[in-house]
Amino acid sequence: MSASFGFNAADLIRFLPETILTVMGTLLMVLDPILHRRGSHAFGHLSIAALVAAIGGAVYAYTQAGPAFGGMLMVDGFATFFRVLVLVVGILTILPSYRFLARQDAETSEYHALLIFSIAGQCLMAAANDLIIVFIGLEISSIASYVLAGYFRDDKRSNEAALKYFLLGSFATAFFLYGVALIYGATGSVNLTAARAVISGQGPGGPAPAPVFIGVAAALMFVGLGFKVSAAPFQIWAPDVYQGAPTPVAAFLSAGPKAATFAVFLRIFMTMFEPIGSGWEPLVWFSALLSMTIGNFAALMQTNIKRMLAYSSIAHAGYVLVALTARSQVGTAAAMFYLAAYALMNIGAFAAVSHLSGRGERYQNIEDFSGLGQKQPLTAAMLSIFLLSLIGVPLTGGFFGKFYIFKAALESHLVWLTVLGLLNSAVAAYYYLRMLVMMYMHEPGEAVENAEPLSLGLRAALILPALGTLLLGIFPTWVLEFAGKSAALVK
Amino acid sequence: MLTDINTILFYVFAALVLGGGILTVTRRNAVHSAISLIVSLLGVAGLYLLQQAEFLFAVQIVLYVGGIMLLFLFVIMLVNLDLAAHQRQFNKQWLVALAAVAAVGAGVGYFLYRGKDAFHFAEGGAGLPPGLGNTEAIADSLFSEYLLPFEIASVLLLVAVVGSVVMAKKRI
Amino acid sequence: MPESYTDLYFPVLVQALVAMGLAAGLLTASFLLGKRVRNRVKDIPYESGITPTGDARQRFSVKFYLVAMLFILFDIEAIFLYPWVVVYRELKMFAFVEMLVFAILILSGFFYMWKKGALDWAEPDRSRRKL
Repeated sequence: MSASFGFNAADLIRFLPETILTVMGTLLMVLDPILHRRGSHAFGHLSIAALVAAIGGAVYAYTQAGPAFGGMLMVDGFATFFRVLVLVVGILTILPSYRFLARQDAETSEYHALLIFSIAGQCLMAAANDLIIVFIGLEISSIASYVLAGYFRDDKRSNEAALKYFLLGSFATAFFLYGVALIYGATGSVNLTAARAVISGQGPGGPAPAPVFIGVAAALMFVGLGFKVSAAPFQIWAPDVYQGAPTPVAAFLSAGPKAATFAVFLRIFMTMFEPIGSGWEPLVWFSALLSMTIGNFAALMQTNIKRMLAYSSIAHAGYVLVALTARSQVGTAAAMFYLAAYALMNIGAFAAVSHLSGRGERYQNIEDFSGLGQKQPLTAAMLSIFLLSLIGVPLTGGFFGKFYIFKAALESHLVWLTVLGLLNSAVAAYYYLRMLVMMYMHEPGEAVENAEPLSLGLRAALILPALGTLLLGIFPTWVLEFAGKSAALVK
Repeated sequence: MLTDINTILFYVFAALVLGGGILTVTRRNAVHSAISLIVSLLGVAGLYLLQQAEFLFAVQIVLYVGGIMLLFLFVIMLVNLDLAAHQRQFNKQWLVALAAVAAVGAGVGYFLYRGKDAFHFAEGGAGLPPGLGNTEAIADSLFSEYLLPFEIASVLLLVAVVGSVVMAKKRI
Repeated sequence: MPESYTDLYFPVLVQALVAMGLAAGLLTASFLLGKRVRNRVKDIPYESGITPTGDARQRFSVKFYLVAMLFILFDIEAIFLYPWVVVYRELKMFAFVEMLVFAILILSGFFYMWKKGALDWAEPDRSRRKL
């Protein structure tokens, strides 16, 4: 009988954020039928409290950094970085949701419970060092996201979004699972550290398994994870889902699950598959280029703002994949920095969209933003910061994100990818600038005239990420140093 | 003699799995597809038993044949079957399907050709301490080594409950 | 004492074969020996029962789906109880707490569904707003 059971206090501390979120999520779920209170802000307040507590938990867990539960979790700087990131994304999702849900008459505790559970899954993914934990975390996060995408049950677009996301997402998860099965067959382990040892030929089972099977496993996992981060050629779902999902949910989908999946992506490919790196590099190279190109050129043609942001998020996934192609510690650090900057600016831009969309989300077109600068200078100014950061203008987080990524790519001698990536960002500037022109150089339209004044939650949802974006743009070293320190995934 | 029985049984169960699977994707009537899927799942259960994985055998029957298929049938009955049968069906992509099968077949063939040494194959029931059944072995690792996945699986179930209520209940 | 795994399950195999043989044999026998009558009365599902009305393939209410979902939930919990029972004597308090945490989470799901009225067949008027 194996005697290696049990855990100690340190294990529990390292699992603190997930515990807090699970307890609070369950509480939210159970309290609703007891209280019978609909349309109250209490659930939102409770969720924010849970997320803030979980951030505290994540930071406290970092003081006890190390593996937990027999190496299933790896609570290191990398995990903490992404845990805090998805928790912040959660807060920034709930802040604009107050007004948005009240306007659609749809404030329920289920919305918040699902959001909290989804974030719990993402925290788990950020810290996972075992393919089983990765899988369960991915499923918790995804299933909650599928339901959230279809949260407006009487809206056909929302239904369509949920169904497409669910069907394609489950299909992608199956690919990931096939990859896991192959890894288990080839290495006899689902633990990333143990599997890496076998793959690099240092395992107890003798020589390394044939690289072709590990390569197939890597390709299968790439399909599954590539879908979740909406990297081309697995990006087809993203525009429809982002357009149909309620706007705060779309904001969440474009930031939270994406950051967490990239955390898994980086950890799996930079630890377990690192020994066969030269094998998967062309695959990621191709996917990075395709994502950037498809995302940016398709975004040029959009008239719906949510679709445009969806294509833009595909392009940004491409930039992060450039960092992965670099296959270096610098590249991983650049990807971490970029994901933080991207999450902040994207979720901020979506918050502005959700503010302006009106009852029933009528106003989603780019034209609807015309004249925003005259009527609501604060919203327009904040949205401008996000758009400039998405372009990559200096003094914003987006600039340094792109800078570090392409620097890492050049250090790894990926000259062509860098050149093509830079050309791509030049193309991208066009559609972001078009928004700016629309806001400041056109007369106010119907949407802007009908816009409500900013509520407190929305004000916070716009100003906080804008401050974060500027902070990352002016003092990038604070975050970058931490990222650089924790990007050494192989220990 | 015994290995012969095992081999014969393996082919019988494999035939059930494959035959059920083919029927599942080719039947026009969704209920027939679901019943064929049950046959396929029972075949998989038989394969588990051949591998001396008795617990998985029981799980396969209780959970998949009993639970999941029940859910499948209910979901099929939510759909207006008569209407659905007359709508355009999307399972007529024979060429694409054949190409996919050929590609996977080539992969499996390549695997059989040169890769079988790359995998850690174990005899059925190998690694079990003497006098210990499959259920004990699973229980032992599930409740000690894999306690974290076990506990968080309940969170996954909770999400599914909330999700199904949000999606399916008339008023929430 | 059976010496090998196959021996252990040999009776099960025999029983399965006998069951299949019996079913096939009876069907064949009734096919070969039975008298064949075909008329309208014979085609009615129950010769002396209630005449069916309408089509059997009606759409079911989505409520069945919720019940099935709940069934799966407890099915899974019950399945986990089997291995738990097997090691309970060995792990004692540790196993108890483990299953307690699991069961509390599952039961809170049940509580939620119940209180939410997902199991009420006739929707009571709770003067709640529609989503």
